[in-house]
Amino acid sequence: MGAVFEARQRKGQEMTQALLSIFWILIFPGFVFTVVVGLLASWVVRKVSAKVQYRVGPPVLQPFYDVMKLMGKETLIPEDAHRIVFMGAPLVGFAGVLLLSTMLWRISISQTTFVGDIIVAIYLLVLPSLALILGSSASASPHAAVGTSREMKLVMSYELPLVLALVVVIVKTSGNLSLANVAQDTTVFSISNLLAFSVALLCIQAKLGFVPFDIPEAETELGSGVLIEYSGALLAVWKLMQAMMLVALPLFLVMVFLGGFGPSLLAGIGKYVLILVLAILIKNTNPRVRIDQAMRFFWFYCGIALLAAIILAITGKYCDITWL
Amino acid sequence: MSWKIWSLKKSPWVFHVNVGACNNCDIEIVDMLTPKFDVERFGIKLVGSPRHADALLVTGVGTRQAVPRLREVYRQTSKPCVVFLIGACACGTGIFCNGYHVAGPVDKIIREEDPNAIIVYVPGCPPKPEAMISGVVKALSSL
Repeated sequence: MGAVFEARQRKGQEMTQALLSIFWILIFPGFVFTVVVGLLASWVVRKVSAKVQYRVGPPVLQPFYDVMKLMGKETLIPEDAHRIVFMGAPLVGFAGVLLLSTMLWRISISQTTFVGDIIVAIYLLVLPSLALILGSSASASPHAAVGTSREMKLVMSYELPLVLALVVVIVKTSGNLSLANVAQDTTVFSISNLLAFSVALLCIQAKLGFVPFDIPEAETELGSGVLIEYSGALLAVWKLMQAMMLVALPLFLVMVFLGGFGPSLLAGIGKYVLILVLAILIKNTNPRVRIDQAMRFFWFYCGIALLAAIILAITGKYCDITWL
Repeated sequence: MSWKIWSLKKSPWVFHVNVGACNNCDIEIVDMLTPKFDVERFGIKLVGSPRHADALLVTGVGTRQAVPRLREVYRQTSKPCVVFLIGACACGTGIFCNGYHVAGPVDKIIREEDPNAIIVYVPGCPPKPEAMISGVVKALSSL
């Protein structure tokens, strides 16, 4: 009798655990919460851009209206497109960002961390760009093909500096590979950390497709490039994915370089808004660069800056100087 | 009113189609999209692909070269969508009425593609940006 009762109880606990995980992914730090915060963040992007140009800008609910309208529209699939890849790619990218944001929120709110989650985060960060490449190359449009090739080159350009910037932080926290511990141990105000942070901010700019590096989307010459053939609900999924990246990527930077959500929740939100506003201001004050210029910028200039940062971090670690 | 139409009115994304205009209306459309008039207040945004568009801003008489492209662009636009005919030429071929190069008024061509198309006329040579915004507002509030 007792054994049966215990087995039933354990099964009940497993059920509760599974339900709780589903709740985490779908409602609270996951889908619903992140989408709402992300759409509000994309409103902030548009509103601040409007303020920079002395305009009034859109109402608060504008991103919600946009997504709702796209959901209600007809979804056209080009005749020559590969249907499965074309329709699957947005979902793959969306799932990647959903996992990433759930993971980051869980780490920052309830300190649920595991060794190596920083590496999982790096992989999940590549997934949206990969999905974008897949979807646009499946859409059989010459504009999308040019956009795809540019997106590939851009991914190759910014991935190396981003990983090197993370290496700086890992060196500074003596080989720590878990995000919560990195957030606790890192010294924010040190030369190498600030160097790595500014380079990572530019990489985030490229990942979000913001203006100096919006080369694959290039409204003026490619007509929104990689997304050109998407319409209706599939486009809405892409827009939601971009809105969620607007939450996940600055949050990742806050965790890695700015000491996470400590000392208080308010400070964490302040850091997030700081990164968002910095990205918007860079977006509004710079013209678009060519793809070769972007590549040279990321590999040459950011590479040298990061090399210096890594040397400084190792020296600081070896000689016990915290401000290096 | 269905939620589809309601949300369409809240964020009409426009795509600009020139079917043989003298560029005057096009300049005025670009003028309308400048920060001075700030149409983003109403959710209006210029997009680069007809697949994303909710409204086509058509300028020009509809020349024989351009009309097949206009049909193609209209078919590529995801429905429901609204067609705005900007300027005297697009509204009724204007001074080019019996020209050898004119393939018919634009509204007739759109109707041949889709008899139930929603077509809005904004006359003027060229219409002022204020007139275009007023046309958009009137059309959307009557949907």
